[in-house]
Amino acid sequence: MIVAGCDVGSVTIKAVIMNDGSVISYHIIETGFKPDLAAKDAVDEALSKAHLTFDDIEYCVSTGDGRKNASFADKDISQLPCLSKGTYFFIPSVRVVVDVGGNTTKAIRVSKVGKILGYRLNDKCAAGSGRFFDILAEALELRLEDLGSLSLQSKSPLEITSQCVVFAESEVVSLINDGNDMADIMAGVSQSVASRIASLVKSLSVEKDVVMTGGVAKNISVIRELEKYLGVSIKTVSTDPQIVGAVGAALFAQEALKARVPI
Amino acid sequence: MIVAGCDVGSLSAEAVIMRDGEIISSEIIGVRPRPELSAKEVMDKALLKVNLSLEDIDYCISTGYGREKIPFAGGNISEISCHGKGAHWLIPSVRTVIDVGGQDCKAIRVDEDGKLQDFTMNDKCAAGTGRFLEVMAKTLEVGLDEIGPLSLSSRNSVVITNICSIYAQVEVSSHIAHGADLHDLAAGINSAMANRVKSLAMRVGVAEDIVITGGVAKNIGVVKTLEEMLGVKARRFKVDPQIVGALGAALFAREKILQRG
Repeated sequence: MIVAGCDVGSVTIKAVIMNDGSVISYHIIETGFKPDLAAKDAVDEALSKAHLTFDDIEYCVSTGDGRKNASFADKDISQLPCLSKGTYFFIPSVRVVVDVGGNTTKAIRVSKVGKILGYRLNDKCAAGSGRFFDILAEALELRLEDLGSLSLQSKSPLEITSQCVVFAESEVVSLINDGNDMADIMAGVSQSVASRIASLVKSLSVEKDVVMTGGVAKNISVIRELEKYLGVSIKTVSTDPQIVGAVGAALFAQEALKARVPI
Repeated sequence: MIVAGCDVGSLSAEAVIMRDGEIISSEIIGVRPRPELSAKEVMDKALLKVNLSLEDIDYCISTGYGREKIPFAGGNISEISCHGKGAHWLIPSVRTVIDVGGQDCKAIRVDEDGKLQDFTMNDKCAAGTGRFLEVMAKTLEVGLDEIGPLSLSSRNSVVITNICSIYAQVEVSSHIAHGADLHDLAAGINSAMANRVKSLAMRVGVAEDIVITGGVAKNIGVVKTLEEMLGVKARRFKVDPQIVGALGAALFAREKILQRG
């Protein structure tokens, strides 16, 4: 049984193909300004990695802010259920999902059976979202994936006093101009982002296991700092943390198909 | 008696030189990396215009974000007091000063004598400050001073839903990609800006007459939209609204000398 999940985010689109309950391929691309075309591209790319074509998909569910753009999907489901479902699929002991994406930071509290009990959301302010890292990586000509390990080299992180990403960017630039160590600056940025995420999580609940998903979960330094702020260890999924929402969507597709075709 | 005021902000620095209670020279520059360098440069330029040197100044007061680092200033006073003072000297009927600077926004209430009564301030978030307009000018690929005039010929202003400058930038980029009209975008940007400033001003209470100071006061689109939103007309200055803080500082310097006798 081949199903697909497509998570149309504000910054990236994630497509996942599952066959009989396992992820067989996935693809991540930038959303750009034509999310409808990009969504189709993401699914097509994921399919070609699995040597499949669009006709092989029996059911497709879309999710994410831009989910309506995936007009090829059979159904669309909002992000929170998909994220919870996807995370629960990988780590059933999860009680709090912390998803830090390009634009939105979410904390979701789930029950022992993966049901959503509550959530907190920040999509109003870029502080504490992945956008800060995107901007800095671009401005400093660093690779996004290197920021985490670079920060870990720091022995004395510098405090970033501005919360606003616009002001913080200038602060970072002047710290660099003053000759500070890049690792110390980036460690400061990790602390600043983690502190914002921690406030959101604390306003909901801190219960083990806390699982972090989304692009920022690839930044090991943010995870370490967040662990300090929350006082618990944080787990990550065994696959790319960015695709968890799309996996959840694919799992919903699988359920829909099962309900439709009794075995 | 020659006095000076020097306002070193986050993005620009201003100097005002007064002789016997009259403005004889003023200057505005973009800031250098260090406040003391900005202060020296802007003061030198203002002095040069009237063939004076630093030694000719009887007293100088500094204000603004970098005010504590100005070696030639005899004292420093907060920009809130200076804006109130400067605005009141220019227009004595003023009761509310809305100062929109490069990196902050303040709404200041003053009494009949120009003394500070109350104020509110945002320096935590770029929305509603000059930085928002800077980010937007870059996104539109126009000069900062073009956003105001451009917006005046808009017929169908674009609504910008995000408050966060970062998210609003993405929103505007997406409007551009979908072929939105430049004038309508400029109008939308000015409305978003005015909306934030309005919220801040409402918190301190808007009493007439009102004036708008700081660099953003030069954006006619923001000024007009803010006037519509507040339902009052702002009084216009005869001088550049960006020098009002430095002017206030110079007036404080003058008072200091007069008190000494």
